[in-house]
Amino acid sequence: MNKYLLIPLVLFIGLVAFLLVGLHRDPHEVPSPLINKAAPAFQLPQLHEPTKTLSTQEMRGKVYLINFWGTWCIACREEHPLLVKYSKSGAVPILGVDYKYANDSTDERTAAVQFLAEEGNPYSQTIYDADGRTSIDYGVYGAPESFLIDKTGVIRFKQIGPITDEVWNNKILPLARQLNQ
Amino acid sequence: MKSRAQITNELLSVKLRGSLCLCGECRREKIHHRYTEVSQRSTEGFLRRFFKQLAWTVVVLCGLLFATSVATIAKEAQPNEDPKIEQRMKNLTEQLRCLVCQNETLADSRADLAEDLRKQIREQIKAGKSDQEILAFLTERYGDFVLYKPPVKKTTYLLWFGPFVLLIAGTVVLYRYLKNRRELIEEKPLTAAERKRAEEILRNA
Repeated sequence: MNKYLLIPLVLFIGLVAFLLVGLHRDPHEVPSPLINKAAPAFQLPQLHEPTKTLSTQEMRGKVYLINFWGTWCIACREEHPLLVKYSKSGAVPILGVDYKYANDSTDERTAAVQFLAEEGNPYSQTIYDADGRTSIDYGVYGAPESFLIDKTGVIRFKQIGPITDEVWNNKILPLARQLNQ
Repeated sequence: MKSRAQITNELLSVKLRGSLCLCGECRREKIHHRYTEVSQRSTEGFLRRFFKQLAWTVVVLCGLLFATSVATIAKEAQPNEDPKIEQRMKNLTEQLRCLVCQNETLADSRADLAEDLRKQIREQIKAGKSDQEILAFLTERYGDFVLYKPPVKKTTYLLWFGPFVLLIAGTVVLYRYLKNRRELIEEKPLTAAERKRAEEILRNA
């Protein structure tokens, strides 16, 4: 048998392998260019006390998870009970960013305060991104999105979409433990 | 009367997964609308509600018919905007991908994020930023994926030059195949015996 006849077969198998891998990947998970870079700086008013602010400087020296969410975001509601559960373990403090689009005219702050009061508040602190600028700085495009930030303020992990038990137990917790050492 | 939490869970029981808040589809108005719908189910006056909804549907449909023609322009109408700025923004955003609706450009997308980004791009143009600086602003946040035309760099060599490599390889293979074939079917003069036999065949035919 002519060995050259095998070439198309090998190419075909290679193509099928590529397509199979592609089938199991989520096209919405775009790798973030921010991984292993300094978390974008912010100074934002707190959700519950608008006169007080919180900045990246104040978070220095802590390993924490920053979670972008909004009451308009249905996937965030799905994620919320899990965050409440994780916050009770106290393993990683979660900083909440209530994300409001600049063109959204609804009263997101009031809705968010009410939502947290009713559904439980998993956040050690919550800040309010009223015009979505900080969320854009973090490249958020599919809320909820979460970033694990180390003591020096560098982003070490990003989760696009709701955190699941699997992601929390296998990725976020071990990495946070390692960063805390 | 159900509590708000119960209703939220009811809405969620349809197992909504992943980044569902796509393309401006799930704003609060919508959730709120469904929220009231569920809570009314237990109250009386089915017929009254039915006609009320019918009337509303007719009104909304008429409104939609009228609105669609002007909606896209009206939503972002910037009457005081400098047409030069708008033109530059249009040129820029047409080369950019909206990450929410990945097959739409940032210019076409009606996702909230796209609108916010267009607003920021407009501001940056006014602040005198160059196109390069604005593109850098976006790739720093969303990666090269926002660019419909990816930059030429190490990781994209295969993407940019792969097709040419394939073309050259294909040409070489084709050339060698044709050359081989010509050698294989090279004409050889008939021997005397073969010629005699051929003549016999022709005569008998």
